Amino acid sequence: MLKKAKDINERSTWQELTVGAEIYEPATSMLNNTGEWRIMMPVFLEDKCKHCMLCVPFCPDSSIPVKDGKRLDFDYMHCKGCGICVKVCPFDAIDFVKEEK
Amino acid sequence: MAVKDRLSGNEAVAVAMKQINPDVMGAFPITPSTEIPQYFSGYIANGEVDTEFIAVESEHSAMSTVMGASAAGARAVTATSSAGLAFMWELLYVAASSRLPITMAVVNRALTGPININNDHSDSMGARDSGWLQIYAETNQEVYDNMIQAMPISEACRLPIMICQDGFITSHGVSNIELIEDEKVKEFVGEYEPENYLLKHENPLAVGPYGISPYYMEIKRKQAQAMKDSMPVIMDTAKRFEEMTGRKYGFFEEYMMDDAEVALVCIGSSAGTGKEAVDRLRAEGKKVGLIKLRVFRPFPRIPLAEAMCKVKAVAIMDKAESFSNSGGPLFNEARNSLYDLENKPYAVNYIYGLGGRDITVEDFYDIYQDLFVIYDNDDPGDVYRYIGVRDSRFR
Repeated sequence: MLKKAKDINERSTWQELTVGAEIYEPATSMLNNTGEWRIMMPVFLEDKCKHCMLCVPFCPDSSIPVKDGKRLDFDYMHCKGCGICVKVCPFDAIDFVKEEK
Repeated sequence: MAVKDRLSGNEAVAVAMKQINPDVMGAFPITPSTEIPQYFSGYIANGEVDTEFIAVESEHSAMSTVMGASAAGARAVTATSSAGLAFMWELLYVAASSRLPITMAVVNRALTGPININNDHSDSMGARDSGWLQIYAETNQEVYDNMIQAMPISEACRLPIMICQDGFITSHGVSNIELIEDEKVKEFVGEYEPENYLLKHENPLAVGPYGISPYYMEIKRKQAQAMKDSMPVIMDTAKRFEEMTGRKYGFFEEYMMDDAEVALVCIGSSAGTGKEAVDRLRAEGKKVGLIKLRVFRPFPRIPLAEAMCKVKAVAIMDKAESFSNSGGPLFNEARNSLYDLENKPYAVNYIYGLGGRDITVEDFYDIYQDLFVIYDNDDPGDVYRYIGVRDSRFR
């Protein structure tokens, strides 16, 4: 039985790791929290959004999920706070604020 | 019936590779291993093997190529020497940590500075901490036999392996050799059936991920365990090989050690010269012995220490400097292995044969004389010594 990436974490012992640190499934980077070094964060203002979808392809981290033709709130686990979505939004539907940690 | 032939060490390795018929060879020509890819590409051109030969622009690329092939699921081989091995350095560590069972024929020769193309062990000894298995040979027969054993060891341990021989001395020296029949080799080496590989489409795989601090050390620890676990695999493979050919191999060979009072430990072709000195001294009634180390990685710490403990004084020979001011790499590890034992012999180091400097039977005579002096006086003197070097103090 091949080990799943979700079963390996920073508490795993050396015996529990895979040989050569191989990963036996695709897209496991989605499990990693890479949003933690964000300083500024985008805030989705749903009432102003027209779902034009301009922000989605501009996001370098695929952090704007889309479902049934509508964008959802940000994926903050992967958003780095670059602010590109804020710049491209024609309807001021994305606010950009300093993140309080 | 085994086939008797006369081959150079390079040709012997190439013939072994031909019999194995690996999937991919990625190689860049460099003396004195040049002949290995040269002979092998001849076999490909003649249709004797169906290996994919990838001619690369550098050794860095050669190692990258075989790593890619190995990760993809292929049995991959390469050959290099000296500066070529040095140019692979960065990738050697990646291959080992990715646990790719690559087989590399290394023809040992000096690293330049000053420019030199002749035999010593600087190249592979420099790579000793890269995580590769290392097996050395005294003769053409041994390098052929080691090559046949390489893949069963490497693939079972999932560790890359270097099959080393002395540049020019065995690589270009032609000697009688007994080859194993093709079908026996194929049966011994077997088919390579990795559990996971990149081209297995039903099983997506990522190789060589980023190992951040919370993981890096555990990955290295697991790699160290693989090196430890390779010890019985090497012995089992040697046993299986002996059953096939009658030729016996281990971590090292003991020559006239049973009643020896002093002994010498060395690696590679020099052991042949050393054995001649042992024979002559034995004829004079002197109880001398020799240990020829075959496996340097993993280092057979405990069995080697036990073998050295049979004598009162041992000379550990290094064909490579480490510029540590405390002796060569073999000396440091062999001497270290004695530390826990109560009745340990005196152990002194001789740096010899650098850049192709000849070592003679007379040199070995001198070393054995030195050992008897140490033994009689109960004093090792300076343990870090050179032999075969011109020295104004001894003019």
